[in-house]
Amino acid sequence: MGNHKNEAYSRLGMWLFLLSEILLFGGLFILYSVYRFQNAQIFHLAAEALNRPIGTINTIVLLTSSLTMALSIYFLKMEKPRRSLFFLFSTVALGVLFLINKSVEWSIKFHHGVYPNAPRLLERERGEILFYGLYYSMTGLHALHVLVGIGILSGVGLWMMRGRIHHKHVLPLENSGLYWHLVDIIWVFLFPLFYLIT
Amino acid sequence: MSSFYEERGRFKGIFGWIFSTDHKRIGLLYLLAILSFYAVGVFLGFLMRLELIAPGPTFMRPQTYNALFTLHGVIMIFLFVIPGIPAIFGNFFLPIQIGAKDVAFPRINLLSWWIYMAGAALAILSLFTGGGPIDTGWTFYVPYSLRTPVNVSLAVLGVFILGFSSILTGINFVTTTHQLRAPGMTWFRLPLFVWGIYATAWIQILVTPVVGITLLLTLMERLVGVGIFDPAKGGDPLLYQHLFWIYSHPAVYIMILPAMGIISEIIPVFARRTIFGYKAIAFSSLAIAIVGSFVWGHHMFVSGQSDLASVIFSLLTFLVAVPSGVKVFNWVSTLYKGSIEVAPPLLFSLTFIFLFSIGGLTGLFQGALATDVHLHDTYWVVGHFHYVIFGGTAFAIFGALHYWFPKMFGRMYHKKIPYLAWALLFVGFNTLYFPMLLLGWEGMPRRYFDYLPQFHTLQFVSTVGSWILIAGLILMFGNLIHALFKGQKAEDNPWGGATLEWQISSPPPTENFYEIPRVERGPYEYSK
Repeated sequence: MGNHKNEAYSRLGMWLFLLSEILLFGGLFILYSVYRFQNAQIFHLAAEALNRPIGTINTIVLLTSSLTMALSIYFLKMEKPRRSLFFLFSTVALGVLFLINKSVEWSIKFHHGVYPNAPRLLERERGEILFYGLYYSMTGLHALHVLVGIGILSGVGLWMMRGRIHHKHVLPLENSGLYWHLVDIIWVFLFPLFYLIT
Repeated sequence: MSSFYEERGRFKGIFGWIFSTDHKRIGLLYLLAILSFYAVGVFLGFLMRLELIAPGPTFMRPQTYNALFTLHGVIMIFLFVIPGIPAIFGNFFLPIQIGAKDVAFPRINLLSWWIYMAGAALAILSLFTGGGPIDTGWTFYVPYSLRTPVNVSLAVLGVFILGFSSILTGINFVTTTHQLRAPGMTWFRLPLFVWGIYATAWIQILVTPVVGITLLLTLMERLVGVGIFDPAKGGDPLLYQHLFWIYSHPAVYIMILPAMGIISEIIPVFARRTIFGYKAIAFSSLAIAIVGSFVWGHHMFVSGQSDLASVIFSLLTFLVAVPSGVKVFNWVSTLYKGSIEVAPPLLFSLTFIFLFSIGGLTGLFQGALATDVHLHDTYWVVGHFHYVIFGGTAFAIFGALHYWFPKMFGRMYHKKIPYLAWALLFVGFNTLYFPMLLLGWEGMPRRYFDYLPQFHTLQFVSTVGSWILIAGLILMFGNLIHALFKGQKAEDNPWGGATLEWQISSPPPTENFYEIPRVERGPYEYSK
């Protein structure tokens, strides 16, 4: 069985997997839209309290990481493995930076007593409880995906260093790149929904 | 000519099975696990029927009964019927029927089995830990599932993990069907079982994640109290129901589509006639998969969704009956003027058509808005879905077992005993479930531990039916298990089938084909 044919399977399999990921988040997006429709005014006010600078920085960080990911694939195809590896680990570093930012943002909120089931949150209006419930669920699930992505990219990086992924066998890098871009795209939707529409 | 049983892999003994990436061995691993869970589910059902033999407490407490119907549901739905046909027969026969050596991702296939076992183990562990066995019903409806002290969290996690297994299997089968067909195996030369599995695989990929996120949120709700489904915090329980049924209604088609594929395989073989309306059957599988994904709201007619939504969902529900009807008409037309041999596989298939038709027609009563108000949450519903799922899917599994047994194990069972077992099953089944339709019509609510005296006769008849049914199951499986060890050696093609699995030896060799076949005719073209 030719390597070429194997690659076709893996690519199709990866796209199908990404499709199921989209539906996983899709459930949350449905909940978000219904609750936003029911509590438009409160969501509007609650969103103003989110830390927009940190959100913006994280958007820039994640978009840049998608660029470095694409560059990594490009340079591996150009038979420049060292440069490819550099950009791959830049992507990992940016992913870590994203998570650090996120945890800073979350801990500020926690510090203000805004976390799930917090007594001070429960005193507020129901729409606001829902807003933060969705905020923590959606950004939390997304952060979990970033974490998994960091793990996958690091593993692929180790494989590249051992020479198991090279310019004739780019597919594992490409497939993990696809996953990373998906994680990025989901953030592109989360960012305006939570931080910008106020 | 050595079969896959004799293959010497990297591991010996049991490890040669549980670490094997051979699709046939994985199929048999699933067979063993799934039928074991089925036995447990049947036993729980037997206990419930025994409790209901007379009004009032008979031999258990109400809370035990609540746990029993929940476990019966969870095991039968998530561990038996949903994975059932794709995981067992899909794994074993899909690659062979399209002329491939294995599925596209053999290692992920093995991983799916391990994930399935892990999810099942967690679900079982939930019985003995935390607050004890779950009592929510298999639907885990909020807000009760958030409040009950029993161990819902672990059970929900178990079902979430089972979903992963389902998604990975779906991805594997779609990719396999697209990429691994033998030369000449065009889309319209695919056996109809492959079409059924293929349509099912799409549903598995597309809707399972939705229940995944729903269960994950329920888990989060119980662990940290995010509030998304909790009415006390502004959450809407109706949204839980929507998300749950967005998966769980299409899941009904995950159960029935592959079963219909099996029936489409068996009928032409035993009617010695090519299938009537091949394309209509193939496309009706896709139509059921697509339309069936948009009918979930019919579970919620009395939950308080808008009337407009109910009307639309009702209309779509009636629409989905059309492709199902197309299949039934095509099967019957295939039999017309065929030279029919009523061998055990065909007998079970004909029973499928009969029982599934009753299940389908009783479903229409519930799909109509006005009658559903009366029938919702009664024994009618219980009777209806047992006709569909037991009378449909499980009878198709029995048919498939008798049809493919000689190929899978290389031995033939005693051919007279299945007729006796069938008679017991058929009589027992109808005695067990038909009274439920009547009870529901008279207003007996489902999931109740106790009932009014006027329901006693029908409840009693139903319980007697469960004994007959179980006697039939024991006889049927006893015969098959006996054949496994003592059966005569089977021929390669005992039924005269024309699909690829009958062109290789029984049991199949390690990589199915010594040479990838070149396909030059359709799957049901029998030589004159």
